[in-house]
Amino acid sequence: MTSAAATSSFPGLIRKIFVRVGVLPFFLLGALVVFTLLSPKFLTGQNLVNVMRQSVYLVLVSLGQMLVLISGGFDLSVGTAIALTSVVSATAMVFLAGIFPDAIWLVILLGAFAGFAAAACVGLLNGIGVAYFDVSPFIMTLGVSSLAGGAALFLTGGVPVSGLPFAFADIFGFGRLWGVPVPVIVAVICIAAMWIFMSRTALGTQVYAVGGNIKAAHLSAINTKRTLMMAYVICALIASLTGLLLTARVESGEANLGGTIALESIAACVIAGVSLRGGIGRVENVVLGGFFIVLVQNGMNLAQISSYMQMVLLGALLILAVIFDQLRYRMIMSGS
Amino acid sequence: MSKLIETRGLTKQYPGVLALDHVDFDLEPGEVHVLFGENGAGKSTLISMLAGANTPSEGTIHLDGEKVAFDSVGQAQAKGIYTVFQEFSLIPTLTVAQNIFLGWELRRGPFLDHRAMRKRARGMLEELGFDIDPSAIVAHLSRAQQQMVEITKAFHGDLKVLILDEPTASLTDREVDHLFDFVASLKARGVGIVYISHRIQEFARIAERVTVLRDGAVIGTVAMSDTNDDALIEMMTGRSFDQIYPAIARTEGEEILKVSGLTAPGIKAASFNVRRGEVLGVAGLVGSGKSRLFRAVMGLTPVLSGTVSFQGTDITGSATRDIIMGGMYYLSPDRKAEGLDLAKTARDNLSVNIVAGARNTGGSPFIRWRGVNTRTDEISDHVELHPGYRNKPVSQLSGGNQQKVLFGKCFGQEADLIIFDEPTVGVDMGTRAALYLLIKQLAEAGKAIVVISSDLPEAMNISHRLLVLAHGRISAELSGDDMTEDQVLKYFFDETGATQ
Repeated sequence: MTSAAATSSFPGLIRKIFVRVGVLPFFLLGALVVFTLLSPKFLTGQNLVNVMRQSVYLVLVSLGQMLVLISGGFDLSVGTAIALTSVVSATAMVFLAGIFPDAIWLVILLGAFAGFAAAACVGLLNGIGVAYFDVSPFIMTLGVSSLAGGAALFLTGGVPVSGLPFAFADIFGFGRLWGVPVPVIVAVICIAAMWIFMSRTALGTQVYAVGGNIKAAHLSAINTKRTLMMAYVICALIASLTGLLLTARVESGEANLGGTIALESIAACVIAGVSLRGGIGRVENVVLGGFFIVLVQNGMNLAQISSYMQMVLLGALLILAVIFDQLRYRMIMSGS
Repeated sequence: MSKLIETRGLTKQYPGVLALDHVDFDLEPGEVHVLFGENGAGKSTLISMLAGANTPSEGTIHLDGEKVAFDSVGQAQAKGIYTVFQEFSLIPTLTVAQNIFLGWELRRGPFLDHRAMRKRARGMLEELGFDIDPSAIVAHLSRAQQQMVEITKAFHGDLKVLILDEPTASLTDREVDHLFDFVASLKARGVGIVYISHRIQEFARIAERVTVLRDGAVIGTVAMSDTNDDALIEMMTGRSFDQIYPAIARTEGEEILKVSGLTAPGIKAASFNVRRGEVLGVAGLVGSGKSRLFRAVMGLTPVLSGTVSFQGTDITGSATRDIIMGGMYYLSPDRKAEGLDLAKTARDNLSVNIVAGARNTGGSPFIRWRGVNTRTDEISDHVELHPGYRNKPVSQLSGGNQQKVLFGKCFGQEADLIIFDEPTVGVDMGTRAALYLLIKQLAEAGKAIVVISSDLPEAMNISHRLLVLAHGRISAELSGDDMTEDQVLKYFFDETGATQ
C-alpha cells in the first residue's frame, strides 16, 4: 500500500523511473532544454536527423561495449580494434585491387574479412586473458589496446592507406538505400540482432548470468569462460564493423580512427543504465545512450564550446553517470 | 554485585524486519552467559550492537551502570568490550604480530618499532598459553590458531567483556579444551563473557546462564543448573523435533553415484555411494572436508586420484557444467557469493537454469519466454515462494525466501542427484520445515539426495545414512540405530587420519 502511494506522488515517480531505466531520461531532458536555449539551430528536424546519422558509429560500438559490460568487464580496446580494422582492410583492398582489378566486389569482401579477422584476434586476446588467466579486464584490454594500436601504426608507418576501391566508399560511406544512409541500415540491423540475442537467446541470458554472479552461473551449468570469450569477440567484431564503415566514410585506412570511442562508448552505456558491476543493461537504452552522447557533442558544437572544453565536460558527464549508477544499484539492492 | 552489561528494551528495526524486539539482557562479572537460538533469532544483531558494529533503533545499553552508545567497534573496544566474530578481522597477508598491533602500533620516534611489537606479541601469546610464532603470516595458520590471534588482539586495553561468536565451530576437541581453560582463567579475572554457540553439550561445561532468543525476542533466561538440553531446544524452536523433521520413506533404488578412493585437495581416499530414493547425510566439523569432498565430485576442484562414476559413466575430472548437464546439481552453502544473482529478481534467477543451463533446449536457439515464465511460476509455487516476492530483487528477500529460490534452481535444472550444502543456513524455523518437505518430496520421487550439514540434529534427522568426515577422511558411515549423537561426535574427532 505504501509503495503504491509513494509511486503515485511525483518524487515517487521520479524514483521509480530512475531505478527502472537509470539516469538517461533526466540527462536527455536536461540536454534538450539547455542546448535549445543555447542555440536556435539545435532543436530542428534537420539537426536531429543529422545527429542520428552521426551517432550510428558510437551506437554500434556501444552495443559491443554493453555486451562486455554486462558480462562484468569492460573493453578499452574498441578504439584500436577500429584502427586495426581500418588499416588492415584498407591495405588488403589496395593490395587485392592490384591483383583482381575487375572483381571489385570480391576485393571489398576479402578486404572486409581481413579487417574482421584482425579485430577477432584483438577480441580473442582480450577474451583469453580475462576468461582463462583471470587478468583484470582493465589491464588486459588496456594492454591489448596498446598492442593493437601499435600494430596498426607499425603496418602503415603512420601514413593513411589511400587508393581504396571507389565503390567501397561510395556505398558504405555515402550510399543510400531507399533514401536511408547505408550506415544507418547497418546499425538498425545490428541493433535488432543484438536485441534478439540479448533477450531471446540462451546465450544472451548466459551473459547476464555470468555478469550478475559468475560463481552462481558456473554452478548453473553455464560455460562461463566461453561466455566471457564470446562477449569480447563479439564486441571486437562490432567495433570492426564500425571500423569498416568509418574507413569507407573517410575513404582511407587510418590508424588514428576511434581514438576517443572507448571512453565515449563506456559513457554511453553507463548513462543508459548498464551497470559497471555487470549483469544489468538493455539494448534499447544503450542505443539512446549513444545517441545522447552525440547529441551533447552536437549541442556543444552549435553552442561553440571548444573541443578541449568538450573533453572536460564529457569526462564529468561519465563520472556523474557512474555516481548515479552507484546510487541506483544501492536502491535496487535495498528496495526503494 | 553490579551488572557489567545491561540492556533495556533493545530493539532493531530493519525495513520490513524486526530483528530485535525489546531485549533485556544482562551480564555479570566473571560469568559466561550463553546466547542460544536459531539462525536469524537475533543473536548476531544483539552482539553487533554490544560490539559497536550496529546501533539500536530503540532501547539502551549500560556498561557498569553507565549508559553508553557506541558509534564504532573502536569505541566499544576503548570501553573494554571486545568481540571475536565468526568472520575474523585479521589481515591474512600480515604477520601475527602486525595483526595484534593493528591500530595499536608501537613506535620509536616516527617509525614503527617492529622488534618491540614482536616481543610484546610473543609475551601476550605466551601469557594466554597460545603456542604461535609472532612472525608467522596469518594466512599460513590454521583456523584455530587464527582464532587465538583474534582473541589475543582483545588484550591491549582493560578487557571487561569478551564476546565470542561460535568460537568452537571449527576447533578440534583438544583445542576446545584449551579454549575452555582459557575462558575459565578469564572468569577468574572477573571478565564477563557473552558466548554464542549452537553446541548445547558445551553449555554445562562453561556457562552460568543461558538466554534463549527466538524471532528477535527473549524467550527466557535460565540458570544452567536449572535446565537441560531438551528444555533449551524446546525453548529455542518452540516445537519439538518431530514437528520440524518429516519422516522420509526410504525406497532404496539403483546406485546413482559411486566414488572410489577419491583424493582431492583436502580429501584423502574417500569411497562411498549414493542410491536413488535415499537421503545421504554428510556431517563433520568446519574444515573436515565435507564440503570439499562434494566440490571435488562436482569438478569444482581437481581430482588427484580415484574415480567418480555417475549413472554408470565415469565423470572423474569432467567440467562442472557437463556434470550438471548429466543430472547432478550442487546447491552452494553461500547463496550470496555463489548461489544467487542478488540484483536480479527471483524469476530471473530461476530462468537462468531453465534457459541457460537447461538440459533440453528443444533444439531452437531462441527462448520462448511464455514457456519459461510458466515454468518459473510452477517452480515458485512448488517451493512456496509468495507471488509478491517473485519480481523483487533477491537481495531484498529474507534468508528463508532466498533459500527457496536457490532450491527452485535445482527444479529448473531437473537434476537426478541433488547435493544440498548447508541447506538451512540462516533460515527461520517455518521455512526450514518447508525446505525439509521439499527434500522429502524429491527423495520419495526417486531422486538421490545428499545433505551436507554442520547442524548435527539436521544431519541426523533428515538422512537415512550418514557419512562422518574428520580431517579429510570419511571416519564413519552410520545408519539406523548407530546414528546417535554420541557416535557421530566420536567420529567428528577421529584423529586416526590426522596429519600432525
